[in-house]
Amino acid sequence: MTINVEDFTHIRETSLIKIKEAKDGGQKVVGTYCTYCPQEMILAAGAIPVSLCGTSEKPIAAAEEVLPRNLCPLIKSSYGFAATDTCPFFHFSDLIIGETTCDGKKKMFEIMQDIKPVHVMQLPHLHQLDAALKLWITELRRLRSVLETELGVEITEEKLWEAIDKVNRETAAVKAICDLNKGEPVLSGLDLLTVTWSRNFSSDKDRMFSMLKELQEELAASRQAGSAPKPRVLLTGCPVGVGSEKVIRLVEEAGGCIVAMENCSGYKTLELQTDTGLSDPIVALAQKYMSIPCSCMSPNPYRLELLQRMIKEFRADAVVDLTWQACHTYNIEAFEVGKLVRGNGLPYLHLESDYSSSDLETLKIRIEALLEMVA
Amino acid sequence: MLVVGLDIGSVAAKGVILDKDTMHRAMVPTGWSPRDAGEKLISELLELSGRKREQVDDIVVTGYGRIAIAGAGQAATEIKCHARAVAEIYPAVRTIVDIGGQDSKVIRLNEQGRVIDFAMNDKCAAGTGRFLQVMANALGLDVSELGENEDSDKTVSINSMCTVFAESEIIGLLARGTSKSGIIAGLHQSVGRRVAAMVRRIGISGEVAFTGGVARNPGVRRALQEELGCRLIIPEECQFTGALGAALLGAEQQFN
Repeated sequence: MTINVEDFTHIRETSLIKIKEAKDGGQKVVGTYCTYCPQEMILAAGAIPVSLCGTSEKPIAAAEEVLPRNLCPLIKSSYGFAATDTCPFFHFSDLIIGETTCDGKKKMFEIMQDIKPVHVMQLPHLHQLDAALKLWITELRRLRSVLETELGVEITEEKLWEAIDKVNRETAAVKAICDLNKGEPVLSGLDLLTVTWSRNFSSDKDRMFSMLKELQEELAASRQAGSAPKPRVLLTGCPVGVGSEKVIRLVEEAGGCIVAMENCSGYKTLELQTDTGLSDPIVALAQKYMSIPCSCMSPNPYRLELLQRMIKEFRADAVVDLTWQACHTYNIEAFEVGKLVRGNGLPYLHLESDYSSSDLETLKIRIEALLEMVA
Repeated sequence: MLVVGLDIGSVAAKGVILDKDTMHRAMVPTGWSPRDAGEKLISELLELSGRKREQVDDIVVTGYGRIAIAGAGQAATEIKCHARAVAEIYPAVRTIVDIGGQDSKVIRLNEQGRVIDFAMNDKCAAGTGRFLQVMANALGLDVSELGENEDSDKTVSINSMCTVFAESEIIGLLARGTSKSGIIAGLHQSVGRRVAAMVRRIGISGEVAFTGGVARNPGVRRALQEELGCRLIIPEECQFTGALGAALLGAEQQFN
């Protein structure tokens, strides 16, 4: 049996039906927004962790009835879907997990409480500090007891280690697919996004793992060399999903190829594995999640290290850094990213945009000029 | 060899026709149809040069209308075209400031005249020709009259960056009896400051050239020179820089 990227586009639909069935059978669903949410904990609670919508412009107008207009579109979209009850995954969720990543999100979660129960984890913003890791461990233990109480289950260590194995395995499988693009690209940026983004909507980890494995083997075997080389572009910055992929689309329409994405829908978390050699699974999870190089961390050296490595390994010709409007942390960090990219002698393009199509022309000219610099 | 370079901007469409030793220029208002403007421009250029359409070896199009008349020839960005023209005429220039109708750009070149970095104004008319046009209307002048009507000794700072708010600020100043010439100097200073900040972001090295239609305004030239603290090189017929670059790119491809 062969598998292709097209199969990943159906994941959301099929998983929705399965989630509905599971709900009818008494299983619980927990909605998440961010890669900082330890989905292993939800799996160990016997619930289905599901990614919630926040990448479409549609519900933004409704969100702006409550939230300020000058706010990141991801936060407005997430809230708008919840407020208008148009995200089926939100609809089916028994509990929502949020984190205090950026100011916009944490204050939005306070308002979201009126719609559904939201548990917000206090995320410290300093990687290399014992006190920060201790707080995060405490927060993971608090999440464990919240899940146990809200869902009426017990989260055992055995179940946690089992979930950790599943997530480690899936992460490695996604990474193996992304790594194929280090050579002649086997996936366009849009295909890459379809695979990495869609997996977050799957209700069945075992099925997802076998799909990823099959796809990786299929792609590795079907690799063809010799097509005209396109400028290899590395995308970094704010999260991109299906619905907010306009920059990827514009780069590829202008003749470039997004070979890799260093953002949370892409490579940012893929090198991180939970250490199964530790005795306490909560500590092991805390260590992994605290390592995520999101711009809400201060300072955030691992993002620059990762970017430097990705520039070399994916043989980037140029870097595009996308900041969603009013995302201060990624916007300011762009200064350091720009220095790093230019230091490698590569053209660097920092774009600030939102989910609307109002700036397509001005984005297009910047992107075309960037690709002209490569040619 | 006969090549045409077109720069279909938001306000005006500019064209250059080049053969081995002669060059002709033409300009028409872009109006609502960039395609019609482009076609009209090609006819005018052919008439000026006394040549026929079939004799044209290559057409390169730049500016916002570059896609609309894609059938006419290949497209290149204004950034590449301005760089190409300036590198040809002024090889010592490493920084180009281009202020056009709807955007302003800063372009950095290396020794070979290749673009190594650029910046553009964000989604806003501040620091563009459009900003000056709206303000000229509020002052009852044509945009071309602003330069000769400023008095930089009486500069009145305009604080609003937003075009709409700046217009009401000016109306308020006029109501209080502030001199027009001082307001005009303030407008030029506002554009100068806005663009200078963008230049410093990209960094200055070597000589600095100022291109685009707004470079014709001596007031903006003065203000920008003051803000940057350096002399600006203004190409002759500066609003044709993009079209000339497009034509040169076409010529280059013919030779290669």
